[in-house]
Amino acid sequence: MSLGISPSQTVGPFLAIGLPWPDGPFVVPLGTPDAIVIEGCVYDGAGQPVPDALVETWQADPASRFDHPDDPRGPAVPPAGFRGFGRSATDPAGNYRIVTLRPGPLPSLDGGTEAPHLDVSVFARGLLDRVVTRIYFSDEAEANTADPVLASIADAERRATLIAAAGDDRHFTFDIRLQGENETVFFDV
Amino acid sequence: MTASEPLAVGELAVPHYHSAAGVHPPLDTPAYGSSRLRAPHQPLVPLPQRLTEITGPLLGAERVSASDADLTIGHAGEPLGERIVVCGRVLDSDGRPVPDTLIEIWQANASGRYAHAVDDHPAPLDPNFTGAGRCVTDSLGRYCFVTIKPGAYPWRNHHNAWRPAHIHFSLFGRAFTQRLVTQMYFPSDPLFPLDPIFNSIPDAAARQRLIAAFDIELTQPDWALGYRWDIVLRGRTATVFETGEGM
Repeated sequence: MSLGISPSQTVGPFLAIGLPWPDGPFVVPLGTPDAIVIEGCVYDGAGQPVPDALVETWQADPASRFDHPDDPRGPAVPPAGFRGFGRSATDPAGNYRIVTLRPGPLPSLDGGTEAPHLDVSVFARGLLDRVVTRIYFSDEAEANTADPVLASIADAERRATLIAAAGDDRHFTFDIRLQGENETVFFDV
Repeated sequence: MTASEPLAVGELAVPHYHSAAGVHPPLDTPAYGSSRLRAPHQPLVPLPQRLTEITGPLLGAERVSASDADLTIGHAGEPLGERIVVCGRVLDSDGRPVPDTLIEIWQANASGRYAHAVDDHPAPLDPNFTGAGRCVTDSLGRYCFVTIKPGAYPWRNHHNAWRPAHIHFSLFGRAFTQRLVTQMYFPSDPLFPLDPIFNSIPDAAARQRLIAAFDIELTQPDWALGYRWDIVLRGRTATVFETGEGM
């Protein structure tokens, strides 16, 4: 049996009625030891902040595992309070914020190792389908060099749009530019 | 950095999700004004599905209470408008039900007004209607909401632009790859030919898949009209990898 897939439509300007959760940005509860913060701004093609976007993240835990039946390495026990999934609406200044744990590296199914990363979906008015990107970490330079996804992007400046910048106190900055100069790399998954 | 655990040596079967090529609207759809400064200009980069893409958040009952599927309760009184039930199944494109998956919906009230500060359409708010609901599909992929039929409303995309009545739906499925946000429409809406968002879907048959069907079997006597709408996410096949030493 083959059924036609339901097409995507935009979340529109009023997603705040239905999608944000009070605990959405907290992949782990606030105060979890070793928690990191990933934050940034979503910009449009005119360089203006996007105040009505939703940023979602999905990632492995620090031991490189997914609490999911399709992880072929078998059942994993996630760290206490770790959901793997984050969701942050942007604020009036276009900023989002995710509190999480650093993901571990992953065995790639086609050989090699994927550097620690988060998969990201961005939804907004004006986007008829989500756009998908990845967050890597600037302080994982060696692992990033060996990562097959980063390696598939020939242009170093474009590749750099996928790297979150490490700051002080376990904070990372990852801005998302939907269009134009320094446009973030978006993926067809 | 800790080393990742290597995959077992031997044959490894993991799902691969079918392509959705040609189904979804192109991001760059100039008739939809809001896309002009927000749609990426660079081509999308192919991302082969690996562990992060074939897994995903399995959010379920812990995020939902039984009353969340009824948008007409939880306020001091009953909302105005035409009470409806919207029921259906979440399936994948191979016809498998998608059980235990979170669905979130939001919508305008019967007058076509959203309970949101940015909505300045001069139609009345309804103190008894917020317009947000959620539920989890059962073991057969079934879901059901009770709500009010939303009204059509004007927007500023072009002169005399009106959105056909719709309910926003958000679904997770079982993998990051299946994530879907879309809109459900109502049958025979005269605004369909005029709406750039509905018509952004390139394939006419795919557009029809977003239109619910009136269903007398679902209709509850003396209570509510029934609409049936099935949602189809990307199906999957098992891909076998030969894994060897050194992986």
